[in-house]
Amino acid sequence: MSRQTNVLQRHEAHFMKDGQPDFRAGDTVRVHVRVVEGEKERIQIFEGVVIARRGGGTRETFTVRKMSGSVGVERIFPLHSPTIDQIEVSRRGKVRRGRLYYLRDLRGKAARIEEKREV
Amino acid sequence: MSGILGKKIGMTQIYGEDGAAIPVTVLRAGPCVVVQRKTTDTDGYEAVQVGLVEGRYGVEPGEFEPKAPRKVNQARRGHFAKAGVEPTRRLAEFRVGADFESAAGDTIDVSIFSADDLVDVIGTSKGKGFQGVIKRHGFGGGRASHGSMFHRAPGSIGQSADPSRVFPGMRAPGQDGNRRVTSKNLRVVRVDAEENLLFVKGAIPGARNSYVAIRPAKKGKKSQQG
Repeated sequence: MSRQTNVLQRHEAHFMKDGQPDFRAGDTVRVHVRVVEGEKERIQIFEGVVIARRGGGTRETFTVRKMSGSVGVERIFPLHSPTIDQIEVSRRGKVRRGRLYYLRDLRGKAARIEEKREV
Repeated sequence: MSGILGKKIGMTQIYGEDGAAIPVTVLRAGPCVVVQRKTTDTDGYEAVQVGLVEGRYGVEPGEFEPKAPRKVNQARRGHFAKAGVEPTRRLAEFRVGADFESAAGDTIDVSIFSADDLVDVIGTSKGKGFQGVIKRHGFGGGRASHGSMFHRAPGSIGQSADPSRVFPGMRAPGQDGNRRVTSKNLRVVRVDAEENLLFVKGAIPGARNSYVAIRPAKKGKKSQQG
Protein backbone atom coordinates (compact mmCIF):
# COMPACT_ATOMS: atom_id res chain seq x y z
CA MET A 1 0.00 0.00 0.00
CA SER A 2 1.40 3.28 -0.99
CA ARG A 3 2.23 6.18 1.22
CA GLN A 4 -0.46 8.27 -0.44
CA THR A 5 -3.16 5.70 0.23
CA ASN A 6 -2.20 5.79 3.87
CA VAL A 7 -2.69 9.53 3.88
CA LEU A 8 -6.16 9.03 2.53
CA GLN A 9 -7.01 6.43 5.13
CA ARG A 10 -5.67 8.58 7.92
CA HIS A 11 -7.82 11.47 6.84
CA GLU A 12 -10.88 9.37 6.41
CA ALA A 13 -10.46 8.50 10.06
CA HIS A 14 -11.45 12.06 10.99
CA PHE A 15 -14.84 11.49 9.49
CA MET A 16 -15.44 8.04 10.86
CA LYS A 17 -17.43 7.43 13.99
CA ASP A 18 -15.78 5.45 16.68
CA GLY A 19 -17.72 3.32 19.07
CA GLN A 20 -19.88 1.70 16.45
CA PRO A 21 -20.80 -1.71 17.81
CA ASP A 22 -19.13 -4.72 16.35
CA PHE A 23 -21.66 -6.57 14.24
CA ARG A 24 -21.64 -8.75 11.18
CA ALA A 25 -23.92 -10.42 8.70
CA GLY A 26 -26.55 -12.53 10.44
CA ASP A 27 -26.86 -10.25 13.45
CA THR A 28 -30.14 -8.54 14.18
CA VAL A 29 -29.76 -4.81 14.73
CA ARG A 30 -31.91 -1.86 15.69
CA VAL A 31 -30.81 1.15 13.68
CA HIS A 32 -31.85 4.51 15.10
CA VAL A 33 -32.19 6.83 12.13
CA ARG A 34 -32.57 10.57 12.37
CA VAL A 35 -35.49 11.66 10.26
CA VAL A 36 -36.04 15.33 9.49
CA GLU A 37 -39.65 16.21 8.89
CA GLY A 38 -39.97 19.86 8.04
CA GLU A 39 -38.58 21.63 11.09
CA LYS A 40 -38.62 18.72 13.46
CA GLU A 41 -36.18 15.91 13.81
CA ARG A 42 -37.11 12.58 15.28
CA ILE A 43 -35.63 9.13 15.60
CA GLN A 44 -36.99 6.24 13.62
CA ILE A 45 -36.01 2.69 14.35
CA PHE A 46 -35.38 0.14 11.64
CA GLU A 47 -34.91 -3.36 13.00
CA GLY A 48 -33.85 -6.30 10.95
CA VAL A 49 -31.16 -8.75 9.99
CA VAL A 50 -27.85 -7.50 8.65
CA ILE A 51 -27.38 -9.30 5.37
CA ALA A 52 -24.22 -7.60 4.17
CA ARG A 53 -21.47 -5.19 5.04
CA ARG A 54 -19.42 -3.70 2.26
CA GLY A 55 -16.87 -1.03 1.54
CA GLY A 56 -14.23 0.36 3.85
CA GLY A 57 -13.24 3.60 5.48
CA THR A 58 -15.89 6.29 5.42
CA ARG A 59 -17.59 4.51 2.56
CA GLU A 60 -18.56 1.42 4.50
CA THR A 61 -22.25 0.51 4.34
CA PHE A 62 -24.43 -2.26 5.70
CA THR A 63 -27.71 -3.69 4.48
CA VAL A 64 -30.53 -4.48 6.87
CA ARG A 65 -33.45 -6.66 5.81
CA LYS A 66 -36.75 -6.97 7.60
CA MET A 67 -40.14 -8.37 6.76
CA SER A 68 -42.85 -5.77 6.74
CA GLY A 69 -45.98 -7.84 6.67
CA SER A 70 -45.31 -10.24 3.85
CA VAL A 71 -43.05 -7.84 1.99
CA GLY A 72 -39.31 -7.85 2.47
CA VAL A 73 -37.76 -4.42 3.01
CA GLU A 74 -34.06 -3.74 2.74
CA ARG A 75 -32.29 -0.55 3.66
CA ILE A 76 -28.67 0.25 2.99
CA PHE A 77 -27.12 2.48 5.64
CA PRO A 78 -23.77 4.24 5.43
CA LEU A 79 -22.04 3.07 8.60
CA HIS A 80 -20.52 6.46 9.40
CA SER A 81 -23.39 8.66 8.32
CA PRO A 82 -24.45 11.37 10.75
CA THR A 83 -28.06 10.42 10.05
CA ILE A 84 -27.51 7.27 12.05
CA ASP A 85 -28.00 8.07 15.70
CA GLN A 86 -27.24 4.69 17.16
CA ILE A 87 -26.92 1.03 16.25
CA GLU A 88 -28.02 -1.59 18.77
CA VAL A 89 -27.20 -5.23 18.29
CA SER A 90 -30.16 -7.17 19.57
CA ARG A 91 -29.18 -10.68 18.55
CA ARG A 92 -26.08 -12.42 17.24
CA GLY A 93 -26.77 -14.85 14.45
CA LYS A 94 -24.91 -17.99 13.56
CA VAL A 95 -24.23 -17.89 9.84
CA ARG A 96 -21.61 -19.32 7.55
CA ARG A 97 -21.47 -16.57 4.90
CA GLY A 98 -20.51 -12.93 4.81
CA ARG A 99 -23.38 -11.93 2.56
CA LEU A 100 -26.80 -13.45 3.18
CA TYR A 101 -28.46 -12.67 -0.12
CA TYR A 102 -30.04 -16.13 -0.11
CA LEU A 103 -32.45 -14.89 2.56
CA ARG A 104 -34.28 -13.01 -0.17
CA ASP A 105 -35.53 -16.28 -1.60
CA LEU A 106 -36.58 -17.70 1.74
CA ARG A 107 -39.48 -16.85 3.98
CA GLY A 108 -41.10 -18.01 7.17
CA LYS A 109 -39.35 -20.75 9.07
CA ALA A 110 -36.66 -21.20 6.44
CA ALA A 111 -35.55 -17.58 6.77
CA ARG A 112 -34.78 -17.92 10.48
CA ILE A 113 -31.22 -17.55 11.68
CA GLU A 114 -29.97 -19.58 14.58
CA GLU A 115 -28.69 -17.55 17.50
CA LYS A 116 -25.01 -17.70 18.19
CA ARG A 117 -24.05 -19.10 21.59
CA GLU A 118 -21.12 -17.42 23.25
CA VAL A 119 -18.29 -19.85 23.72
CA MET B 1 -5.07 35.94 -5.37
CA SER B 2 -2.45 33.50 -6.53
CA GLY B 3 -2.98 29.82 -7.15
CA ILE B 4 -1.05 26.89 -5.79
CA LEU B 5 0.55 23.70 -7.07
CA GLY B 6 -0.23 20.30 -5.66
CA LYS B 7 -0.61 16.61 -6.17
CA LYS B 8 -3.72 14.50 -6.44
CA ILE B 9 -3.91 11.98 -3.63
CA GLY B 10 -7.19 10.25 -4.35
CA MET B 11 -10.90 10.28 -3.85
CA THR B 12 -13.10 9.41 -0.92
CA GLN B 13 -16.33 10.63 0.56
CA ILE B 14 -17.16 12.65 3.62
CA TYR B 15 -20.50 13.52 5.15
CA GLY B 16 -22.08 16.94 5.18
CA GLU B 17 -24.03 18.32 8.14
CA ASP B 18 -27.29 17.13 6.64
CA GLY B 19 -25.93 13.61 6.36
CA ALA B 20 -25.40 13.74 2.62
CA ALA B 21 -22.29 11.95 1.44
CA ILE B 22 -20.08 14.35 -0.52
CA PRO B 23 -17.64 12.87 -3.03
CA VAL B 24 -14.30 14.59 -2.56
CA THR B 25 -10.89 14.57 -4.17
CA VAL B 26 -8.05 14.98 -1.70
CA LEU B 27 -5.17 17.12 -2.91
CA ARG B 28 -1.87 17.76 -1.26
CA ALA B 29 -1.38 21.41 -2.15
CA GLY B 30 1.81 23.26 -1.51
CA PRO B 31 3.60 24.65 0.24
CA CYS B 32 4.69 26.71 -2.72
CA VAL B 33 7.49 29.22 -2.93
CA VAL B 34 7.37 32.34 -5.05
CA VAL B 35 10.22 32.21 -7.55
CA GLN B 36 9.47 35.26 -9.61
CA ARG B 37 7.02 38.13 -9.59
CA LYS B 38 6.36 39.17 -13.18
CA THR B 39 5.14 42.69 -13.78
CA THR B 40 3.83 44.68 -16.70
CA ASP B 41 6.96 46.83 -16.65
CA THR B 42 9.43 44.00 -16.97
CA ASP B 43 7.46 41.18 -18.54
CA GLY B 44 4.44 42.76 -20.16
CA TYR B 45 1.94 41.07 -17.86
CA GLU B 46 1.22 40.53 -14.21
CA ALA B 47 1.84 37.08 -12.79
CA VAL B 48 3.49 35.22 -10.02
CA GLN B 49 5.69 32.22 -10.73
CA VAL B 50 5.61 29.60 -8.01
CA GLY B 51 7.36 26.30 -7.42
CA LEU B 52 6.02 23.34 -5.50
CA VAL B 53 8.10 22.42 -2.47
CA GLU B 54 8.17 18.64 -2.35
CA GLY B 55 9.57 16.29 0.18
CA ARG B 56 8.87 13.45 2.51
CA TYR B 57 5.70 13.43 4.55
CA GLY B 58 5.96 11.57 7.81
CA VAL B 59 3.43 9.35 9.46
CA GLU B 60 2.43 11.97 12.01
CA PRO B 61 0.29 14.93 10.95
CA GLY B 62 2.34 17.93 10.01
CA GLU B 63 5.53 15.95 9.66
CA PHE B 64 7.23 17.18 6.52
CA GLU B 65 10.82 17.26 5.43
CA PRO B 66 11.42 19.35 2.29
CA LYS B 67 13.75 17.81 -0.24
CA ALA B 68 15.12 19.58 -3.29
CA PRO B 69 15.42 17.66 -6.56
CA ARG B 70 18.74 15.92 -7.06
CA LYS B 71 19.35 17.05 -10.62
CA VAL B 72 18.78 20.64 -11.67
CA ASN B 73 20.21 21.92 -14.91
CA GLN B 74 22.39 25.05 -15.11
CA ALA B 75 19.69 27.25 -16.55
CA ARG B 76 17.19 26.40 -13.85
CA ARG B 77 19.80 26.52 -11.12
CA GLY B 78 20.54 30.10 -12.13
CA HIS B 79 16.87 31.00 -12.20
CA PHE B 80 16.33 29.73 -8.67
CA ALA B 81 19.61 31.25 -7.43
CA LYS B 82 18.41 34.63 -8.63
CA ALA B 83 15.30 34.25 -6.54
CA GLY B 84 17.35 32.96 -3.64
CA VAL B 85 15.23 29.86 -3.16
CA GLU B 86 15.82 26.13 -3.25
CA PRO B 87 15.14 24.63 -6.69
CA THR B 88 11.82 22.87 -7.19
CA ARG B 89 10.77 20.27 -9.70
CA ARG B 90 7.62 22.00 -10.84
CA LEU B 91 6.99 25.63 -11.71
CA ALA B 92 3.75 27.32 -12.64
CA GLU B 93 2.53 30.82 -13.23
CA PHE B 94 -0.67 32.35 -11.97
CA ARG B 95 -2.00 35.64 -13.24
CA VAL B 96 -2.53 38.18 -10.48
CA GLY B 97 -3.61 41.77 -10.18
CA ALA B 98 -1.02 44.55 -10.35
CA ASP B 99 -1.65 45.26 -6.67
CA PHE B 100 -0.73 41.71 -5.62
CA GLU B 101 2.06 42.05 -3.07
CA SER B 102 4.55 39.27 -3.32
CA ALA B 103 8.28 38.82 -3.72
CA ALA B 104 10.59 35.92 -4.51
CA GLY B 105 11.00 33.69 -1.50
CA ASP B 106 7.48 34.19 -0.15
CA THR B 107 5.60 31.04 0.76
CA ILE B 108 2.08 30.27 -0.38
CA ASP B 109 0.14 27.46 1.24
CA VAL B 110 -3.37 26.01 1.24
CA SER B 111 -4.59 28.61 3.72
CA ILE B 112 -5.19 30.93 0.77
CA PHE B 113 -8.33 28.85 0.27
CA SER B 114 -11.13 28.25 2.72
CA ALA B 115 -14.20 26.05 2.78
CA ASP B 116 -16.92 26.96 0.26
CA ASP B 117 -14.51 28.78 -2.07
CA LEU B 118 -14.81 27.88 -5.72
CA VAL B 119 -11.63 26.76 -7.43
CA ASP B 120 -10.45 25.64 -10.84
CA VAL B 121 -8.22 22.58 -10.87
CA ILE B 122 -5.87 22.13 -13.80
CA GLY B 123 -4.33 18.74 -14.44
CA THR B 124 -3.21 16.33 -17.11
CA SER B 125 -5.91 13.81 -17.95
CA LYS B 126 -5.19 10.10 -18.00
CA GLY B 127 -3.84 9.03 -21.38
CA LYS B 128 -6.13 6.73 -23.35
CA GLY B 129 -3.85 6.24 -26.36
CA PHE B 130 -5.07 6.36 -29.95
CA GLN B 131 -8.84 6.08 -29.81
CA GLY B 132 -11.65 5.97 -32.32
CA VAL B 133 -14.42 8.51 -32.63
CA ILE B 134 -16.83 6.70 -30.32
CA LYS B 135 -14.63 6.94 -27.24
CA ARG B 136 -12.87 10.15 -28.23
CA HIS B 137 -15.79 12.24 -29.43
CA GLY B 138 -18.83 10.34 -28.25
CA PHE B 139 -20.09 9.35 -31.68
CA GLY B 140 -23.03 6.98 -31.67
CA GLY B 141 -21.71 4.27 -33.93
CA GLY B 142 -23.79 1.82 -35.86
CA ARG B 143 -25.77 -1.33 -35.19
CA ALA B 144 -23.85 -4.38 -34.01
CA SER B 145 -25.89 -7.05 -35.78
CA HIS B 146 -28.73 -7.67 -38.23
CA GLY B 147 -26.39 -7.43 -41.20
CA SER B 148 -25.13 -4.01 -40.22
CA MET B 149 -21.83 -3.32 -41.87
CA PHE B 150 -21.33 -0.05 -40.02
CA HIS B 151 -20.07 -0.51 -36.48
CA ARG B 152 -17.59 2.00 -35.02
CA ALA B 153 -16.54 3.91 -38.14
CA PRO B 154 -16.79 7.71 -38.20
CA GLY B 155 -19.17 7.83 -41.19
CA SER B 156 -19.27 10.67 -43.62
CA ILE B 157 -16.60 13.31 -43.19
CA GLY B 158 -18.01 15.81 -45.66
CA GLN B 159 -19.60 16.49 -49.04
CA SER B 160 -18.42 15.71 -52.58
CA ALA B 161 -16.76 17.51 -55.53
CA ASP B 162 -17.78 20.72 -53.88
CA PRO B 163 -15.87 21.48 -51.63
CA SER B 164 -13.55 18.58 -52.58
CA ARG B 165 -11.86 18.71 -49.21
CA VAL B 166 -12.43 17.93 -45.56
CA PHE B 167 -13.10 20.95 -43.43
CA PRO B 168 -10.52 21.68 -40.76
CA GLY B 169 -11.49 20.61 -37.30
CA MET B 170 -13.32 17.48 -38.44
CA ARG B 171 -13.52 15.16 -35.46
CA ALA B 172 -11.47 12.09 -36.21
CA PRO B 173 -9.70 9.24 -34.41
CA GLY B 174 -6.46 10.13 -32.64
CA GLN B 175 -4.72 10.52 -29.31
CA ASP B 176 -7.22 10.74 -26.47
CA GLY B 177 -6.42 11.95 -22.99
CA ASN B 178 -3.00 12.95 -21.67
CA ARG B 179 -3.72 16.61 -22.26
CA ARG B 180 -4.26 19.62 -20.06
CA VAL B 181 -7.76 19.70 -18.63
CA THR B 182 -9.30 22.32 -16.36
CA SER B 183 -12.12 21.38 -14.02
CA LYS B 184 -13.90 24.59 -13.23
CA ASN B 185 -15.86 25.85 -10.25
CA LEU B 186 -15.22 23.01 -7.85
CA ARG B 187 -16.25 23.74 -4.29
CA VAL B 188 -13.67 23.48 -1.53
CA VAL B 189 -15.19 21.30 1.15
CA ARG B 190 -12.41 21.39 3.71
CA VAL B 191 -8.91 22.76 4.15
CA ASP B 192 -6.33 21.15 6.38
CA ALA B 193 -3.56 23.72 6.68
CA GLU B 194 -1.43 21.60 8.98
CA GLU B 195 -1.23 18.74 6.49
CA ASN B 196 -1.42 20.93 3.37
CA LEU B 197 -4.53 19.15 2.24
CA LEU B 198 -7.38 20.45 0.18
CA PHE B 199 -10.69 18.59 -0.11
CA VAL B 200 -12.48 19.52 -3.29
CA LYS B 201 -15.95 18.32 -4.22
CA GLY B 202 -16.06 16.07 -7.25
CA ALA B 203 -13.49 14.53 -9.54
CA ILE B 204 -10.46 16.19 -11.06
CA PRO B 205 -8.47 15.27 -14.16
CA GLY B 206 -5.52 12.91 -13.99
CA ALA B 207 -4.21 9.91 -12.14
CA ARG B 208 -3.34 9.72 -8.48
CA ASN B 209 0.02 11.34 -7.71
CA SER B 210 -0.24 13.54 -10.77
CA TYR B 211 0.56 17.22 -10.49
CA VAL B 212 -2.24 19.75 -10.50
CA ALA B 213 -2.53 23.51 -10.31
CA ILE B 214 -5.31 25.00 -8.22
CA ARG B 215 -6.46 28.57 -8.67
CA PRO B 216 -9.44 30.59 -7.50
CA ALA B 217 -12.31 30.07 -9.94
CA LYS B 218 -12.05 32.52 -12.81
CA LYS B 219 -15.74 32.43 -13.56
CA GLY B 220 -18.82 31.58 -11.60
CA LYS B 221 -20.23 32.75 -8.34
CA LYS B 222 -18.10 33.27 -5.28
CA SER B 223 -20.07 30.69 -3.35
CA GLN B 224 -22.74 28.31 -4.43
CA GLN B 225 -25.39 26.12 -2.88
CA GLY B 226 -24.67 22.42 -2.36
